[in-house]
Amino acid sequence: MTTDLLIWLIPLPPLLAFGAILLGGYRSNRLSTWLAVAAMVISWALGLFVFAQAVQTEHLGANPFTSSIPWLPLGTSVIEIGVLIDPLSAITLFFVVWTCLAIFVYSIGYHNFGKPRDVQDVPGLPPRASGIEPLYARFFAFISLFAFGMLTLVVSDNLLLLFIGWEIMGLCSYLLIGFWFGRESARKAMVKAFITTRVGDVFMLLGMVALYTATGTLNFQEILRSPETLNRLAETPAILGLSLAGLIGLLLFAGTVGKSAQWPLHVWLPDAMEGPTPVSAMIHAATMVSAGIYLILRFFPLLTVGWHPGEPLTTTMAVIAVIGAFTALFASTIAVAQNDIKRVLAYSTISQLGYMVAAVGIGAFVAAAFHLVTHAFFKALLFLGSGSVIHGMEHGQAASSKSAALAAPGQAGPAGAPETHDHVDAQDMWNMGGLRRRMPWTFYTFLIGGLALAGFPIVTAGFWSKDEILSSAFGQGQPVVFVVLAAAALLTAFYTARQIGLTFLGKPRSAAAEHAHESGRVMLLPLVLLSLFSIAAGWAGIHHEFPVIGGAIPNFVEEFVGQALAERPEALPFAFPPLLTSLVVSLGGLGLGFLVYRNLPRGATDPLARWLGPVHGLLRRKYYFDELYDFLFVRPAYWFAETFVYAWVDRKVIDGLLHGVGRASLRLGAWLRRAIDLPVVNGFGDLVGETTKAAGSAFRVIQSGRVQAYLAAGLLFVGLLLSFLLLVKP
Amino acid sequence: MTLLQGVFVVTALAAVISAVMVVASPRLVHAALWLVVTLGAVAVLFILLDAGFLAMVQVVIYIGAIAILIIFTVMLTRRVMADSGPQANRAWWLAVFIGIVMFAALLALLAQMPTWWQATPPPLAASADFMIEDLGKSLVDLDRYVVPFEVASVLLLAALIGSIVLARPPAETTGKTGPE
Amino acid sequence: MIPLSWYLILAAALFCIGLYGVLGRRNAVAILMGIELMLNAVNINLVAFWRYLTPALIAGQAFAIIVFAVAASEAAVGLALIISIYRQRSTVIAEEIDLMKW
Repeated sequence: MTTDLLIWLIPLPPLLAFGAILLGGYRSNRLSTWLAVAAMVISWALGLFVFAQAVQTEHLGANPFTSSIPWLPLGTSVIEIGVLIDPLSAITLFFVVWTCLAIFVYSIGYHNFGKPRDVQDVPGLPPRASGIEPLYARFFAFISLFAFGMLTLVVSDNLLLLFIGWEIMGLCSYLLIGFWFGRESARKAMVKAFITTRVGDVFMLLGMVALYTATGTLNFQEILRSPETLNRLAETPAILGLSLAGLIGLLLFAGTVGKSAQWPLHVWLPDAMEGPTPVSAMIHAATMVSAGIYLILRFFPLLTVGWHPGEPLTTTMAVIAVIGAFTALFASTIAVAQNDIKRVLAYSTISQLGYMVAAVGIGAFVAAAFHLVTHAFFKALLFLGSGSVIHGMEHGQAASSKSAALAAPGQAGPAGAPETHDHVDAQDMWNMGGLRRRMPWTFYTFLIGGLALAGFPIVTAGFWSKDEILSSAFGQGQPVVFVVLAAAALLTAFYTARQIGLTFLGKPRSAAAEHAHESGRVMLLPLVLLSLFSIAAGWAGIHHEFPVIGGAIPNFVEEFVGQALAERPEALPFAFPPLLTSLVVSLGGLGLGFLVYRNLPRGATDPLARWLGPVHGLLRRKYYFDELYDFLFVRPAYWFAETFVYAWVDRKVIDGLLHGVGRASLRLGAWLRRAIDLPVVNGFGDLVGETTKAAGSAFRVIQSGRVQAYLAAGLLFVGLLLSFLLLVKP
Repeated sequence: MTLLQGVFVVTALAAVISAVMVVASPRLVHAALWLVVTLGAVAVLFILLDAGFLAMVQVVIYIGAIAILIIFTVMLTRRVMADSGPQANRAWWLAVFIGIVMFAALLALLAQMPTWWQATPPPLAASADFMIEDLGKSLVDLDRYVVPFEVASVLLLAALIGSIVLARPPAETTGKTGPE
Repeated sequence: MIPLSWYLILAAALFCIGLYGVLGRRNAVAILMGIELMLNAVNINLVAFWRYLTPALIAGQAFAIIVFAVAASEAAVGLALIISIYRQRSTVIAEEIDLMKW
């Protein structure tokens, strides 16, 4: 089987696993696990095989692996669907299959497979202690479907199939955020996520429609590799001074704004942390939000049509760059004031995605793609690590309350230690501390991930990709973007160190942290795997002019990914200022953060709150954007639905109309019955009957039963007949 | 008035009077006996009409069988019947009226015949013996009246069987035919 | 010598008296006697016509013979019926045998 045809098989195993679990496999947790993981392994193997083939192919950008079939006949034309593996989709495929596999394996341990079911656990709520998740099989069904959606999106060769995968992931995101649907916060979060991304999706759909109308096709190769098409789109004016290309680009970018949680549609991603941690890792770090970036990378030729490096940015690109850079800084300012371990990572994700968006906006295709890949690895690592921490904290809580109950039931504990009977939030970093000793493996892998996020030099992947972006910003002559991104990098390093310090360093700040213990092998193995990638993935993209080590390893990323574009971008010459800035920012931020947060005692308040004062409150409340949207959009929508449409239109007008028609019919019917049916119809029937009866009654008197009367009557009639015959008619 | 006419008048009067007694007599046995007288008068009339055989048949069948039968029946149904009391039913006046009307109508009808006024019968061509023989032969002659003869015999058979069946005493109830 | 009309008038009279007997008597046997009278009147008519109009044809007498047979059988059956009814209903009054009334 040729590689082209193998690509079709990559998304299928998880879909089949989803179906199999749904159709009966859910009855056995073991079977569901096997189905899902085996399917993912198959997809992983196929994906790596295809990637290996892709890497070995020369000029993959010009001659990608592709295969298509006709699918949807429309009048005279046919929409085809197919698969395409060019450099961009090849590297995306690479990190998607690795991260998904890691997350699948991690989920087995996270949901306590192998442990007995705690009878007090309620399906729809997270397990209280360490019983197996009651809806275990359902989870694996959903993440299998999710994997199918992402893989479909990655391998598709046209916008329609991509959109299908996009929407499947949106659905799975909804289902998985609200996996623990017994919690009201989860229910609200799932709806919020779906609706917010939907806003972006609507605009994306408009962009798709416009594109199809203008070009008659949705196939990537036909649109993006054809200079005539691109130029035609660029020259056709649309609205507001934009060309058609620009408009479509912005519309498609709107989809990215929704899916990749850029400002202003960023509000769903932090709340999406209501889902189980593997969900957060998979959907909101490694894969789904990356789909938004993948989209704008894919459509890079359309977004940058008419632009050449060194020129000022087009309107579309400027919008993208501004939103990306702004989001990067905006989200990182919020992250420094968050106390929930997962929320910090959520805002960190938003910020890093902003980096990638900004990179695309300024035309740094390779840098954005590079950062996409490395970010997926270390962000997934960080999320899974946080899940391990939370698990450890929950075990610690159960252990500490058990031991406290054994030790001194009913007695007042030592002064200032009432927490043995309280339920502390296992996700609040202020309850953690000192977990370095209790959970060493988690600590070291989390540290690697955190350093990668902060851009620690040389040995972490994040350094290389982030540096590339900064270099591009500097080299392209975009000082504003450069400064904003550098500031965001500083804050990133700071809050990362804050997070690591609060969680792992110092002394435990609660009994739960004191009694925490390391997670099982099933959860640690993926962490180790991902940390390896977080270290090494960056080495594939070392600039060939880098001091000392540049050129030792060929810049695979530059060469391979660069050929995805029709016009191969030139590598920018190496420059020192961005490198220095990177080093200062990352090391400085890390150092500052560690200094402040490494040894805070139990019950301490955040020093940052003291320094920033009321600003800290603003940051902690996320600039009140949620409240603003609630006021502007959510409440009016509810009013419209509940009051206007339901109470007024539906109940009063429509139901009123129907009731009116019903009542009128009843009255008409009653009148018809009274006026016509009873007197005329019944009357006629009765008349016939009564007449017959009356006639019968009248006539029956002749039936006297007396023979002689009958004889007399007979004689009479015979006489009449005879006289008639003889006299009248002789 | 010749002798024959006189005989006729006497016989006719006897017949009519006894017929009236038949239908007017309150006691049924008397009526039956008066019926015998009427039948005898009719037999005499047959003789006057040169139908001697018929006269004999009249006496034997009618008086000897039918009248006897009627007397038997009267005696068998005597117990409960009102042997005395008015024997005319409620609408007897209607019956009288019908009778009178019928009589008038018959006479009016018959009077229109041209032969009504025939005073003398034509002479008989054959002797009485020959007539009887001829009568007998005609009843079995295939070209003449064998069919009515045979039909009449079937009728008599049916009447025979029927009257036997009808007049049998009621069967002992074996419990099957009771109302319960 | 004796005009045909006399026979016919006599026969008509007997017939009408018999008719009265049929229609006007209560007892069923009396009704049957009336029927016999009527049949006799018919016989007289038949024989008179035979004698005065077609004495050569013996059909008149044959007809009368048949009438005899019919009268006899009818009287037998009728009387058997009356006896049967008397057994069931203990009455022979025609007016009271009115089960077939409305």
